[in-house]
Amino acid sequence: MIKGEKFFKPDRLPTIWCPGCGNGIVLHAALETLEEMNCSKKDVVCVSGIGCSSRSGTYTQFDQVHTLHGRAIPFATAIKLSRPDKKVIVFTGDGDASAIGGNHLIHAARRNVDITVIVFNNSIYGMTGGQVSPLTAQYKKGTTARFGNYENQFDLMRLVIGAGATYAARTGSYYFKHMKKYMNKAFTRKGFSLIEVITQCPVYYGRLNGISDPYKMMLQQKDILLTKEKYEALSEEDRSSRLMMGEFIEDNTQHSYIEKREQLLKKVRES
Amino acid sequence: MSKQTEILQGAEACVRGALKAGIGFFAGYPITPSTEIAELFSTVLAREEEIFIQMEDEIASITAIIGASLAGKKSMTATSGPGFSLMQEGLGYAAMVEVPLVIVNVQRGGPSTGLPTKVAQGDVMQSRWGSHGDHPMIVLSPSSVQELYEMTIQAFNLSEKYRTPVVILTTETIVHMREKVEIDPQDNIRIINRLLPDLKPGDSYLSYGKFVDDVPVIGNIGDGLGTSVTGLIHMENGFQSADYEVADRLIRRIHRKIEKHTSELFEVEIINPNAEIMFISYGVASRTVKSLLYTDHPGIGLIRPKTLFPIDPIKIQDATKNAKKIIVSELNLGQYVYEMQRILPNKKVHLMEKIGGELIPPKEMLRRIEDIHD
Repeated sequence: MIKGEKFFKPDRLPTIWCPGCGNGIVLHAALETLEEMNCSKKDVVCVSGIGCSSRSGTYTQFDQVHTLHGRAIPFATAIKLSRPDKKVIVFTGDGDASAIGGNHLIHAARRNVDITVIVFNNSIYGMTGGQVSPLTAQYKKGTTARFGNYENQFDLMRLVIGAGATYAARTGSYYFKHMKKYMNKAFTRKGFSLIEVITQCPVYYGRLNGISDPYKMMLQQKDILLTKEKYEALSEEDRSSRLMMGEFIEDNTQHSYIEKREQLLKKVRES
Repeated sequence: MSKQTEILQGAEACVRGALKAGIGFFAGYPITPSTEIAELFSTVLAREEEIFIQMEDEIASITAIIGASLAGKKSMTATSGPGFSLMQEGLGYAAMVEVPLVIVNVQRGGPSTGLPTKVAQGDVMQSRWGSHGDHPMIVLSPSSVQELYEMTIQAFNLSEKYRTPVVILTTETIVHMREKVEIDPQDNIRIINRLLPDLKPGDSYLSYGKFVDDVPVIGNIGDGLGTSVTGLIHMENGFQSADYEVADRLIRRIHRKIEKHTSELFEVEIINPNAEIMFISYGVASRTVKSLLYTDHPGIGLIRPKTLFPIDPIKIQDATKNAKKIIVSELNLGQYVYEMQRILPNKKVHLMEKIGGELIPPKEMLRRIEDIHD
């Protein structure tokens, strides 16, 4: 049995994901991490929005809520508050998290609510056939940007740190060990954690942008995702097509939402 | 022990009713004229060690209470017109996934931002049909502070019993006025809790695999049974499907579980059933008709639906048999009147409307009765 497989639901195969899609790698990393942490089926609740990556939870043995487009985070916030003993994991995509769900994302970060948000960033709306998202790089193509995307993109790391996230890390589907390391931290710690995983969508993003081989797309992550040292050594122009990877913040000094709520209840009891 | 009488504001009565019903989670967003309900819950739920959260908008409020309800908490939100519009997405999800939920819509003047501080009944059809797609909806309409208290308990009970969202469609006036409320200090009020799976070792479990009277027995999220829910059309295991028969069976069942109880769900108060002039009026608007009845107008009767949806046509048809003039009085340009015209095809059903944030004064009502001719 593959590690993590005990949390998988094989009767739900085949997945909706296209051949070469990176989503399965990210889900695999999460399930493997949870098994290595000796989690049981009862310890975890998966919450997801709408989109290809948001189907992840439906392939697991955990209690799972497949919600509305962009709304996974308020669902997850309430589930964590109602069942603070559970690890609540949100599986979401770049459009789901940063466009339609952007407001919920920043407020969950602000609250430092004890959930882990895993953003599968494939730079495209895959399920609807390849439209650009707020995380699509400038000048890249989508079916709603045939001449190249002329909008600026969000830097998800800076966005959530600005909003108050106490853990934020970025890696890629190529970097399996990094994913697991960051997930292990996020699943263990208190407070709001976000992991952005750059992942390949060969069928829509790749085809539209001249690289439809998933293997090549994964290897390309080595050129796009750079460590802090390498990224900072680049010129301004070279940086525009690349992303810094690694852990951007890990602040365990802040009280989490659940901790603050316990403090409030104590105060009310004593008043 | 006799009942205990208190003077309560509508908002307070709503909160008291919710506590009686066993509320465990309230999420809301400030909006006039429903804000007092959230303010009161923020204090009282902290004392009860239950959960209050002010969300970033009304979409987050309704999705949060759905999440909490799925996790086993009796959950509620309160809002008004613009917020209710934002909540339609969540309402449809709750109907589809079969999540017990109570939504209080304190109606104000619309459309859009409209008249935030004034009374209206313009959200009647929205409360029934506001979310996309075929979905059932239970809508209650209190006409007094007492009824708001009782209906809040009833709304929780119905939502738990049928695993469905229940809308309390009230108004600015009812929520802000103070009235005498009789509260039963003893626990004589029946409280209904959702059924949960009772599994023995080795028993198999599917999220939508067991039904009692067409209502699924679903484990709470967090209990670790492997409960799986989705707003997509789903099979018994809670997994999505695009199969025609699965979709047809699911949508018909979620309607059937409510519709087959229409007769008991459709509560209606009837005064002077043989009157020649029969009013059909609900919520705060019905109080003007009642004021006429109290001041000796024997020719006037009132049919007052306490449940707006689902409607039992037979009750309305029976109560209007002898009426010579049927008048629907509501604070909008005509919404419930169309439902009444539909179920009374052989009668002329008139509309006596009022908009602009005012109730119809009794004298105006008497004058307008004279102006209505068949």
